[in-house]
Amino acid sequence: MARVIVDVMLKPEILDPQGQAIARALPRLGFSGVAAVRQGKRFEIELDGPADEAAVSDVRKMAETLLANTVIEDYTVRVEG
Amino acid sequence: MSAARVGIVTFPGTLDDQDAARAVHLVGAQAVPLWHADHDLKGVDAVFLPGGFSYGDYLRCGAISRFAPLMEELIPAARAGLPVLGTCNGFQILCEAHLLPGALTRNASLHYVCRDQRVRIEQTGTAWTSAFTPGQEITLPIKHGEGRYVASAETLAELEAGDRVVVRYVGGNPNGSMNDIAGIRNEAGNVVGLMPHPEHAVEELVGAPSTDGLGFFTSILKKLVNA
Repeated sequence: MARVIVDVMLKPEILDPQGQAIARALPRLGFSGVAAVRQGKRFEIELDGPADEAAVSDVRKMAETLLANTVIEDYTVRVEG
Repeated sequence: MSAARVGIVTFPGTLDDQDAARAVHLVGAQAVPLWHADHDLKGVDAVFLPGGFSYGDYLRCGAISRFAPLMEELIPAARAGLPVLGTCNGFQILCEAHLLPGALTRNASLHYVCRDQRVRIEQTGTAWTSAFTPGQEITLPIKHGEGRYVASAETLAELEAGDRVVVRYVGGNPNGSMNDIAGIRNEAGNVVGLMPHPEHAVEELVGAPSTDGLGFFTSILKKLVNA
């Protein structure tokens, strides 16, 4: 069994108020030196079989179709290991 | 003459379908319930996609509803000219389904906003706004946490140049939407989506801020009856 990771992030030009709120909270907790925070989503896809080319290509399709809204989000796909 | 039939879609988690059906009924059209899991538009003349939290809004608002069996019928029908109005979650679904460009994202303030909102009807050439006068200002309820309209610079320019911004917030932008956009239309003008709720502003009795929402329903009725 293999695991494929899909990371989804808002495109850089899209305002991320959640990330901004986190960035504002950090100094209050005593963390300094943080210039900015962007928040995203991570999907862990467990495959029945190996993460061969066909399986990863399928995950890419999942990301494109459902996991990310490519109008506002970018995604990356990688096999864990 | 048989009454114009307007389909009202219910997904699991839809909230505003009953109000929408009542609004359709009030203007003299027939409301036809449509179920998300059916592959059947029941031959309706127009479709209203109501607000709520369809499929729990898991993943993203409208992301899962967009693949419901009913949507497999609705998407090609809308592309072929069937009038469709989506409000709030319905607007989010229309964007996820790529029937309308852009997307609705978390309010800039991060707060859920529930208030009466002044808006301006910018376009009266659509299937859903012909009963208004261009530039008419009306008051409608809004209630959403993810209503900030975003689109690429090119899409935004296309919408503005093509007169496709149908409704715009005035007197304060409640969610940080680009260009104060509250609602847009597709190129043909049969598909309209907006965050405010016309279906909640159709009766004096219930304490709505106005009955300004009726115009959306009289517009579609007029179009269907004259068709």
